[in-house]
Amino acid sequence: MRQVAIYGKGGIGKSTTTQNSLAALAELGKKVMLVGCDPKSDSTRLLLGGKCQETVLNSVREVGQENVTEEDVFRIGFGGIRCVESGGPEPGVGCAGRGIITSITTLEQLGSYERELDYVFYDVLGDVVCGGFAMPIREGYAKEIYIVCSGELMALYAANNICKGVLKFANSGGVRVGGLICNSRNVDNEREMVAEFAKKLGTQMIQFIPRDNIVQRAEIKKQTVIEYDKDCSQADVYRQLARNIEDNDMFIIPKPMTMQDLEDHMMRFGFMEEYERTTSKKNLATA
Amino acid sequence: MAVDFKENEDLVEEVLSVYSEKAKKNRKVHFGINDKENCGSCVTKSNMKSLPGVMTPRGCAYAGSKGVVWGPVKDVINISHGPIGCGMYSWGTRRNLANGEIGVESFVPFQFTTDFRERDIVFGGDKKLEQAIKELHELFPTAKGMVVESECPIGLIGDDIEAVAKKTSDEFGIPVIPVRCEGFRGVSQSLGHHIANDSIRDFVVGKGEVDDSKKTPYDVAILGDYNIGGDVWASMKIFEEMGLNVVTHWSGDGSIEEMKITHKVSYNLLHCYRSMNYIARHFEEAYGIPWVEYNFFGPTKIKESIRNIAKLFDENIQEKSEKVIKAYEPKMQEVIDKYRPRLEGKKVMILVGGLRPRHIVGAYEDLGMKVVSTAYEFAHSDDYERTTKELEDGTIITDDLNEYEFVELAKKLKPDLVASGIKEKYIFQKMGIPFRQMHSWDYSGPYHGYDGFEIFARDMDLAVNSPSWKLVKPLWKK
Repeated sequence: MRQVAIYGKGGIGKSTTTQNSLAALAELGKKVMLVGCDPKSDSTRLLLGGKCQETVLNSVREVGQENVTEEDVFRIGFGGIRCVESGGPEPGVGCAGRGIITSITTLEQLGSYERELDYVFYDVLGDVVCGGFAMPIREGYAKEIYIVCSGELMALYAANNICKGVLKFANSGGVRVGGLICNSRNVDNEREMVAEFAKKLGTQMIQFIPRDNIVQRAEIKKQTVIEYDKDCSQADVYRQLARNIEDNDMFIIPKPMTMQDLEDHMMRFGFMEEYERTTSKKNLATA
Repeated sequence: MAVDFKENEDLVEEVLSVYSEKAKKNRKVHFGINDKENCGSCVTKSNMKSLPGVMTPRGCAYAGSKGVVWGPVKDVINISHGPIGCGMYSWGTRRNLANGEIGVESFVPFQFTTDFRERDIVFGGDKKLEQAIKELHELFPTAKGMVVESECPIGLIGDDIEAVAKKTSDEFGIPVIPVRCEGFRGVSQSLGHHIANDSIRDFVVGKGEVDDSKKTPYDVAILGDYNIGGDVWASMKIFEEMGLNVVTHWSGDGSIEEMKITHKVSYNLLHCYRSMNYIARHFEEAYGIPWVEYNFFGPTKIKESIRNIAKLFDENIQEKSEKVIKAYEPKMQEVIDKYRPRLEGKKVMILVGGLRPRHIVGAYEDLGMKVVSTAYEFAHSDDYERTTKELEDGTIITDDLNEYEFVELAKKLKPDLVASGIKEKYIFQKMGIPFRQMHSWDYSGPYHGYDGFEIFARDMDLAVNSPSWKLVKPLWKK
């Protein structure tokens, strides 16, 4: 069983990308489980055709941790994918980080990991803001990390930070980075920039996902792209990603960059021409 | 008698010699040899983070707020908000006695907690707190207020106890006071005292009304007496005999209703400076009420204190005060005559909290005993300013004295009595050294006032001269 966690900056498209590629993995005949680790509990919406109502933490609250059953919290989604949402408190109260810990230990207790599975995926909220959100990597529940990013500075900055988190647990928990998934925002030189950035971290850009509105349309329909229009080209992109993950053998301990290196990198790829033009003008003026 | 500073310095040096360089450097600044000429704050550094790895005697902010300041107030319900342990183990406080029908007028013997579970951490405990306050108000409609003391997790998950307090306070028409005394805040329980004082300032002070015709110039408030074993009652007796009118006593046998009208008194009389100087200063700044410190341990200090306080009032009070001193003199002499011969020259080592490392020195000296070392758990530099002049030159003064240092010092100083807390008690008794618990008077008391001194003298004699000690040999006598 491969244990995979998806991290990345908030709003970058982790949940969408995860569900679309899981649909593709299911197409390949893989047995997959998806654990949504976001208090908003919207990580399984596209696979289930609607937002999951019963979360692990809701059940824990109502019947107590020892009385929760698999039937209470698991739903079978598109392609037979076993879906579960961790859930969490309303914004502004309680402790979502502790919620993740409680939820994963509950699944452990239920024996959910002992089933015949090819993949377990964790879709984890935004940055690794506290110990709770590092739970999947800290306790060795996830062994491979894929980071969703784009060519925007803050997305790369977050990716770099997540690598720092991974590095912290790489030696004790055995967690490794499997690659970056570039979810395109149509930034200049995006593909090259992210590929180069990945190389600097010591890893690879495992897939470049071009921007395509069909993803949004499928999302509105509460479906993955493969379910919505299985013959479109975007569906093939996700199939490619699924195959790349399936065949991946590059698992590394990342080498996070310093902020200065990261900014230099951005400068080089982001608007090198602009940079050269303005600086050379200035040079001419002073000369 | 010439004081051999060098000898004590060497002794301290020897105790610290087992530490690593860094630890030694850290701890050394917390040791001082008393020199009355020197400034108090020069004696030791204080109010700093404890050294990791040592057995510090310190408590936490929750202990300071709940265990010391708010716990003894009898007509409010204290709610320990968080997991069960903090509430459970702070049940019973420090034997803060309180008059009144239990469950009607006094809630001191009770313990209430929101008993946090996993789900309360994840989803927040504010609803549970609200429910608890509601149920408590139904069960105990005569409670005059509720105090919500935060345990550590509350600060981590950011439970909005202020909002719950405000809502329930409006709903039930009683003060509900949120106290942000999470244990991890600050370096010791001392911050807890401050936090609790601030909560009293914000939610209690000035909220009560007094019929001005009933006011007298002799109205005073006792601050910083927690009625351990009845201390407040022994102290009040003296003040009343002096002709003063004790309006309120904080917070032993205390009442929130009386605390609300404290701003109408003429003077605040402050016993435990450490835990209540904050509120005394507030009364001075906001209401112009002067405050004066006093010490009611042992006849010498009591006499000094009575005269000091009497000076603030007219001749009538001064005359009565002299009469009080005179009236008790024969009885005190009798106590001293009885116990002094049995205790003369005996050596005492002290490690306690708030005021006692300096305040009880006089009482021991009245009995002819000699304080060879004294230590505070959580004092600040202003406490040390007040300490140096109370002690003989050459006395070892230490801050945040840990278990190892205390035991090693005792081996070298060979005291006849150790005066400290429950955590230290059995170690010293096993070493064959007589011991008295000076946090809670070892199930005895009161020790304040004239009545208290008689009990104090008896207890010290019982400890030091108990025949059982002849059956145990301390290590160095083997």
